[in-house]
Amino acid sequence: MRTLCPVQITINGVTHEVDAPAAMPLLWVLRDLLGLTGTKFGCGAALCGACTVHVDGVAVRACQVPVGSVTGAVTTIEGLAGTEALHPVQQAWVEHQVAQCGYCQSGQVMQAAALLAGNPNPSDAEIDAAMSGNLCRCGTYPRIRAAVHSAALKLRESGQ
Amino acid sequence: MSRLGRITRRTLLVGSVAIAGGVAFGTWRVRTPYENPLLDDLAEGEASFNPWVKVTASGITLIVPHADLGQGVASMQAALIAEEMDLDFGQFDTDFGEPAPAYWNTAAGSTDVPFLSSDDGLAANATRGLMNAVFKLMGMQLTGGSSSVPDSWVKLREAGATARETLKLAASREFDVPVSELATRSAAVVLPDGRTVPYTALAATAASLEPAQDVPLREPAEWRLIGKPMQRLDILAKSTGQQAYGIDLKIEGMQHAAVRANPRRGELLGFDAARALAMPGVVEVLPVTRGVAVVADHTWNAFQAVAAVECEWGPAPYPAEQAAHWAEVAASFTEERLDKVWREEGDVVAELNTGEVVEAEYRAPYVAHQPLEPLSAIVRVDEDGVEVWAGHQMPRFLQQKVAAITGHEPEQVRFHNQYMGGSFGHRLEFDNVTLCAEIANRRRGTPIKLTYTREEDFAQDYPRQIGMARGRGMVRDGRVQALDLAIATVSSSSSQMGRLGQSIPGPDGQIVAGVWNLPYAIPHFRVSGYKVPELAPTSSWRAVGASTGGFFAETFLDELIHAAGADPLEERLRLCNEPLSRKVLEAVGELSGWGTPMGPGRGRGIAFVESFGVQVAEVVEVTDTGAGIRIDRVFAVAEVGRVVDPVNFDNLFKGGVAWGLGHAMNCEITYADGMPQQSNFHVHAGLRLYQCPEITVRGLENGARVRGIGEPPVPPAAPALANAIFAATGKRLRDMPFSRQVSFV
Repeated sequence: MRTLCPVQITINGVTHEVDAPAAMPLLWVLRDLLGLTGTKFGCGAALCGACTVHVDGVAVRACQVPVGSVTGAVTTIEGLAGTEALHPVQQAWVEHQVAQCGYCQSGQVMQAAALLAGNPNPSDAEIDAAMSGNLCRCGTYPRIRAAVHSAALKLRESGQ
Repeated sequence: MSRLGRITRRTLLVGSVAIAGGVAFGTWRVRTPYENPLLDDLAEGEASFNPWVKVTASGITLIVPHADLGQGVASMQAALIAEEMDLDFGQFDTDFGEPAPAYWNTAAGSTDVPFLSSDDGLAANATRGLMNAVFKLMGMQLTGGSSSVPDSWVKLREAGATARETLKLAASREFDVPVSELATRSAAVVLPDGRTVPYTALAATAASLEPAQDVPLREPAEWRLIGKPMQRLDILAKSTGQQAYGIDLKIEGMQHAAVRANPRRGELLGFDAARALAMPGVVEVLPVTRGVAVVADHTWNAFQAVAAVECEWGPAPYPAEQAAHWAEVAASFTEERLDKVWREEGDVVAELNTGEVVEAEYRAPYVAHQPLEPLSAIVRVDEDGVEVWAGHQMPRFLQQKVAAITGHEPEQVRFHNQYMGGSFGHRLEFDNVTLCAEIANRRRGTPIKLTYTREEDFAQDYPRQIGMARGRGMVRDGRVQALDLAIATVSSSSSQMGRLGQSIPGPDGQIVAGVWNLPYAIPHFRVSGYKVPELAPTSSWRAVGASTGGFFAETFLDELIHAAGADPLEERLRLCNEPLSRKVLEAVGELSGWGTPMGPGRGRGIAFVESFGVQVAEVVEVTDTGAGIRIDRVFAVAEVGRVVDPVNFDNLFKGGVAWGLGHAMNCEITYADGMPQQSNFHVHAGLRLYQCPEITVRGLENGARVRGIGEPPVPPAAPALANAIFAATGKRLRDMPFSRQVSFV
């Protein structure tokens, strides 16, 4: 039987202490224990990207990350914009009206933000490579591509 | 039994074209409007003029009863009301409302009739009227069949107009000014001296008035919203993770459940819960219909524990192996299983005896729905009533289903509909809600939240119909001379309605949807539907029958056109005998630059299908890269009568194309040992970003009827792709998914 022990974890700049088994996926700690439901459960097997969050700026699938293994700072969709109203990627997502059902879009936005943090001017091929693990069943891909380019431009212009 | 239940048991419905004989309706019942469900809960000083508009001193609420699966109908419905009511986005709240017969669907029944959409004759319109009467008498609240726009188009603008005029009447009373001197703007009445009175300040007076009647609707030239780009109401929330879906809700005191039902859909013969009961957080393990459920302190513990229950499953009530499913379909082209000859022009049999016959056989597999939000539900059962939180497309049937489990009356089931993370037909089924109700009924007083694992969602999905087609045809003098298409599929309509305790007494039009209504004057033309007895249970999948029929018909027609040595677009235009369809074909030809040189290893294909009253043509361009087929570009044109919101139209249209392409390329559900072999998105994802082509769409507005764009883009995508691959490679793809025969890059 697994033992419960308090796990310390920093999410969106706030340190939480949660009673969870170390093996419990970060996804379910976020959703069920901390009420941060912007990070979505889609497949439970790193096949859809709906649960994408950042750990120290790197995009990871929260459904595959045991909470006990997290040593870095976690950023979720709720904390992406920081003190701004919207992150440039979110601004682009709003301007392009990317979402249909929207259920994948938290993950898409987090994946795109991580891509642009490392590559401020991605080509279509680089966008395809970085974003194809994020499944959109509604098929909003043409708008995702356009919004990533548009967000990249915003970031370059703002010097971020 | 509720009235809904009594009526449906003697009639039919949904997705069917047949009407049970001998049902006589009293005219008075058909004409009498349903009462406004909002009136029950109005407080003193609150006004509601119809089932869609409520105005109080503190705000304006628009009821948008069509379920929002992601297609944006919450915004669309609100926009139609706001157009006439002179509201701006941001000046009102929306609410899905409580289930009510007043929200019956005025369009779904009349669209699905065995008459051409272009047929405005007496019999066609009488049948449409009868179908509407049936839907009205049932109080059939339904989101589906691409019917939300056609259902809402007139009635919601009327709702806005009568609300506006009643509010003007109230201002006329309060300020002693003739109504004719009042105007409205931005949620306020404008007095002759220029002062504005917010609607909210007029609620109390308006509440005492009879709502205005027979208010004329505005001319298109006066529209502020319709036809212009809008920002969907949910777009900010969906870009920031703030949109709550059913799976995100938390009800005070709730416990979390997970289920495992028999993956063969047979019985649960026995189970051993010892290991699961010893796991952390587990509260209870209990049997449910065809399976077991675990109740635990949170979702993950419930998932872990339900996987640890040892279950003994009974056999499948259908053939265990996929090959036997295909064999049954192949054996269905018989006199006994002939459902109906839907079209018979000329003399196909005699003509085909006169020369060389072109023959081909096609297959379309089972395919799963799998919207990205897994199935979930929250149910709390108390002695005096039940509350349900979930996303669903048939809320009044949901009330019946739940009430039958808990022993309440359907009216005692309070249903809170939720924004949905996709559906594609998935949320027309009830298992997630009924299983949750079973668990909650055992734990009365405690809200139970049931969440499906993705694997459970795949295992218990009711896939699209499986089917085959056999085409025989003949060409002469460079023209298509004869086409005889026989289609055999299981009936997803019968399967789906069967789970609602209904049967379809007549032929199933979905077997030949998108085929029998093709606007082609082929001299000898026959379309026959064969009904395969139920195999694995199936359900409505985006575009329903046309998603398979369109593939069969438009690929085989393409084979005939190539055999004739004709141009695929030119020959379709030559055969086309219906003006709206002709304009769609011409437009897609112009948009795609049809006929311009393509270069080596490249090809373009075209397909045309009418479904849900919408004529759609698509041109697909591909390149054979050597490493596989790449889809470069798609051009698509649809006739919808009126584009309500060009932004959402564009997004939905392109998404429908992507859906059609992705599943035709990559997806199938197959059975082995009675169980579906596909369990997650590694093997059944549809389209991913890297495979998505550049898509250009255009909406035409020539038709008299305003239509929806949710499903009609799907059917032409598969045949247009297959035809393009043939043009590029010379290889004919007759079986979906195409990735079994070619690779895609």
